[in-house]
Amino acid sequence: MNKLSLFGLLGLVIRRDLMLAMRRRADVLTTLIFFVMVVSLFPLGVGPEMDMLRKMAAGVVWVAALLASMLSLGRMFSADYLDGTLEQMLLAPQSLSVLVLGKILAHWMLSGLPLMLMAPVLGLQFDMSVQALWVLVVSLLLGTPILSMIGAVGAALTLGLRGGGVLVSLLVLPLCIPVLIFGTGAVEAVTSGMDITSHLSLLGALLVLAFAFTPWVTALALRISME
Amino acid sequence: MLEINNLACTRGDHQLFSGLSFSLFAGELLQVQGENGKGKTSLLRTLCGFITPAAGEIRWRGQDIRELDEEYYAEMVYLGHLNAIKDELNALENLRISAGLAGCEVSDKEAIAALRHMGLRGRETLPVKVLSQGQRRRVALARLLVGNAPLWILDEPLTALDVGAVGLMQELIGTHLAKSGMVIFTTHQPLEVAGVEMRRLTLT
Repeated sequence: MNKLSLFGLLGLVIRRDLMLAMRRRADVLTTLIFFVMVVSLFPLGVGPEMDMLRKMAAGVVWVAALLASMLSLGRMFSADYLDGTLEQMLLAPQSLSVLVLGKILAHWMLSGLPLMLMAPVLGLQFDMSVQALWVLVVSLLLGTPILSMIGAVGAALTLGLRGGGVLVSLLVLPLCIPVLIFGTGAVEAVTSGMDITSHLSLLGALLVLAFAFTPWVTALALRISME
Repeated sequence: MLEINNLACTRGDHQLFSGLSFSLFAGELLQVQGENGKGKTSLLRTLCGFITPAAGEIRWRGQDIRELDEEYYAEMVYLGHLNAIKDELNALENLRISAGLAGCEVSDKEAIAALRHMGLRGRETLPVKVLSQGQRRRVALARLLVGNAPLWILDEPLTALDVGAVGLMQELIGTHLAKSGMVIFTTHQPLEVAGVEMRRLTLT
């Protein structure tokens, strides 16, 4: 029997969440299929006007990604809360923030990462240029982890509440507006031939800020929810 | 050593208990008694640090548990009403993960040995959802075998267990106390540990 290090624990939490998700694939697929459906409905609804589609592409993909990531937030802590695993996590002899970070990373791998990989395929429906597709993927790579992190705070605060699912969207969506603005802004900048570094740097800064604070805030919120 | 001084606990506006003081030394067994709703679970959850006490302090080896935090958690095991096991995983995976969360890495061999000791031979790799309530409880209890924390806080450990498993628990608690461990538990079933005088705390 060996003592588990901090990174060992982080790895354990991520592996555990991924393993659980693989045994319950429907949950992961729901998020992805929702994203694909919403984005694909726009070209059908708007009609084949290439100019308009090209203009709205980034916004549509980003809004759909935002809504899709809301879908899986409710499950982030609730299963562990109901079966008592969360109690044991609070009693882990390591910082709770690290465990929470593990759960956030696992959540991103299961919701943000598939969306990011799917985005270029969906972007083709909007006749986006290759360059714009690249920028879209990079902006999603920087932005979707922020959505998972802010979402974790909301999920922890609404844990065990009735109607928590609606409440968490109301709490989290307004906080995600900056991510949406800079994410779509980067794609618009590249299509109109402007510099994209400012948008992407701001997204990166938001990511660093969220990375530094949200695990800690989530851990505090979880302790309050457990009282 | 665990020391409780003048502890009070309130849930909402209702005061469950106040002025509670006791200490627990190595090798001692304490049963918390009381009718339903008298605060047994709340007391145990307060000792785990889930609930902030309304008054009083809890000290472990002379230091407040709020200050010790992770050092205290490394030296205790809590087993609540909820088993903290996942239906989708098998007994072996569940045990290895819960031991990992408690900070110790357990090999497959050690985990299988612990599960067999708990009478789960042949069930190690079955998904937990096909096991009975009693067998699930046994999976949760197997965690006690793989750690080496001195303080055990057990909330109704005997729920859903059959006579054989209750005997096994008595034996387990006996060996733990002999290794100068400490056990605090609640139960509504009779539990006798051979050669150990049981201390009782009644909440009114």
